[in-house]
Amino acid sequence: MSLMQRISLIFRSKANKALDRAEDPRETLDYSYQRQLDLLSKVRRGVADVATSRKRVELQVNQLEQQQAKLQDQAEKAIGMGREDLAREALTRKSGVTGQITDLKAQHAQLQGEEEKLTLAQQRLQAKVESFRTRKETIKATYTAAEAQTRINEAMSGIGEEMGDVGLAIQRAEDKTAQMQARAGAIDELIASGALDDVSSTNSGDDIARELDAMSSQSDVEAELARLKGGSQPQAIEAGDNDILQAEPEKKTEGNA
Amino acid sequence: MIIRILGEGQYDVSDDALPRLNELDAQVEAAVEAGDVEAFATALGALLVGVRTAGVAHPADSLDESDLILPPDDATIDEVRELLGGDGLIPG
Repeated sequence: MSLMQRISLIFRSKANKALDRAEDPRETLDYSYQRQLDLLSKVRRGVADVATSRKRVELQVNQLEQQQAKLQDQAEKAIGMGREDLAREALTRKSGVTGQITDLKAQHAQLQGEEEKLTLAQQRLQAKVESFRTRKETIKATYTAAEAQTRINEAMSGIGEEMGDVGLAIQRAEDKTAQMQARAGAIDELIASGALDDVSSTNSGDDIARELDAMSSQSDVEAELARLKGGSQPQAIEAGDNDILQAEPEKKTEGNA
Repeated sequence: MIIRILGEGQYDVSDDALPRLNELDAQVEAAVEAGDVEAFATALGALLVGVRTAGVAHPADSLDESDLILPPDDATIDEVRELLGGDGLIPG
């Protein structure tokens, strides 16, 4: 089938070209989503790290506070025992610890602020990734639908180029119909004017013959009517009446009068 | 096998009819290569009639790709030649 096969091959390769022209956006979308997930997990790790540091600082502060209380206690005991020098030493150490605690508390506050910011960023990013995922799926579905539509069009019409042919075929059919209608109209006119004989009429001939034909059929009707009025067949009339009653009631009154 | 005649529609053609259609197809191809306009018109007409008589019209509401595609009835030899060689997709 060389010629047919060649034409088919050309059409098919054109169709595939049309489909392949754009790279598959679904893969790009999936890749982008993967990148966003990676970023999100990095932010999550960051949040966890900061939280761990914050907890460690909290523990240190607790320990230092215990030490502070202990030194205070020791200073009081030393005073009670009259050892002012020991009390002084304890209070000096305590003041160092207090300074450390202040530093650590400032650090803690800073870490806490950072953690809150990161948590907020993580939530925002998560929401973004979620919405991207939804949009990605929508886009992918749309693309799949569009691709399917392309394939349907391709299958329906061969290929885009052929749509033109289909349009032409429809145009040709319409032209032909219009032409036939015009011809039928012209023939009707010619028959009506008597210039053309109506071959479908039983008693085809000239216009005089048609006139006579019409008259004779009219007189036939009159004769039939007169026969019925004469009431030669009352039962048949009754039966006929019933039929007419159902179908055309106004004709019944005409017949009775 | 589904054969589409461009601008006309698809026909289901049984495999038994293929050898005969192949012969007609070969005639069309020979005419295209020889540049014989009259022989081409006759051969293409015979091929299309062959497809229409051997085939049954494929249901319009089913979506199937054609296995083979044929030029329309009124295609000229130049159009077919252009179709085959114009894009240079298929050599010779």
